[in-house]
Amino acid sequence: MAMTGVLRPGHVQLRVLDLDEAVTHYRDYMGLIETHRDSQGRVYLKGWDEQDWFSVVLREADEAGMDHMAFKVLDEETLWRLQGDLKKFGCQLERIAAGELDHCGERVRFTAPTGHLFELYANKDHYGNGIATTNPAPWPEGLKGMQAVRFDHCLVYGEDLDGSVKLFTEVLGFQLTEQIMDGDLQLAAFMTCSTKAHDVAFIRQAGKGKLHHASFLLKTWENVLRAADIISMKDIAIDIGPTRHGLTRGQTIYFFDPSGNRNEVFCDDSYVYPDTPVLTWTADRTGQAIFYHSRELNDRFMGVTTGA
Amino acid sequence: MLKGMERLGRKGIPVGCRGGGCGICKVEIVRGDYRCKRMSRAHISVAEEARGVVLACRTTPQSDLDVRVLGKIQRAVMRALD
Repeated sequence: MAMTGVLRPGHVQLRVLDLDEAVTHYRDYMGLIETHRDSQGRVYLKGWDEQDWFSVVLREADEAGMDHMAFKVLDEETLWRLQGDLKKFGCQLERIAAGELDHCGERVRFTAPTGHLFELYANKDHYGNGIATTNPAPWPEGLKGMQAVRFDHCLVYGEDLDGSVKLFTEVLGFQLTEQIMDGDLQLAAFMTCSTKAHDVAFIRQAGKGKLHHASFLLKTWENVLRAADIISMKDIAIDIGPTRHGLTRGQTIYFFDPSGNRNEVFCDDSYVYPDTPVLTWTADRTGQAIFYHSRELNDRFMGVTTGA
Repeated sequence: MLKGMERLGRKGIPVGCRGGGCGICKVEIVRGDYRCKRMSRAHISVAEEARGVVLACRTTPQSDLDVRVLGKIQRAVMRALD
């Protein structure tokens, strides 16, 4: 079966309190590649192994948080079909013109029941990953910092978890991969539009529109440990890690950007196919689900968010 | 202020993102001189900042300070974990 519908996370637009500090963090420390600055002053970056022009947009503002997360869909026909489906679901929709973000085509913006702004788009200019497409080298030279491979996913918090899960699974065709259940109550839902452990994840919490973290892929556990070194060397605010998650099995470390938006870098999480059973963590094992080794919840990790 | 507290091994002010974005380390400066870096307006309004309500992670004391802790961490997940 070829991939159809929603393909992958396309980009996340983050609000930062100081643009220069944020660019140093994302470009020099995390190793994202700066590809553009637009007339509004927004900075565009991408992971080294991403083909499209950008996957992160930084906008200076007087609040931190996530403006929106966008997903790339297969083609324009898919984009308009999904727009129709979102409208039938009852979402508040907005069409964002091509070029509002440079190098990006028209976007369909919708508000999820948890209050988050998401978008779909079909077209974004090609940039390349710094490697030839004929007889390619395995990696490009000149990578900096943590050498983040790609923007992988966001985890967000909101009250109407059920509504957002329904939207992503029934309308956008995402597949539930793992969950935390307290009896019949779903506390956390991890979903993919491909074969990944997750492309987006939701945790139930009173409130709307909050970002828990934006996550970036690394290659190996050694890379994650090296990221931990960089976090200390550059005096970056660490949250927790390096450690392993029970949920997704990912090996991970969490830290904060200079505005307080939480970042994750991780490697080696699990994969699914449409016939893979859903994994369930019971609420009494939430500590182990999130921190497989310490098996203890951490107030700051659970409670600190930005936005809304 | 927050870094100083952490270095002393104290715990009075909750520690969040340490970057002015999450609002967890909100305090009121009751007395004393200080300087602040940019703080998220989602958590500190202009009026609050004017009357000494600030984020400890963005505040540098310039004299001894009397401080009242206002912030706390909101727990995720509504039941069964505490």
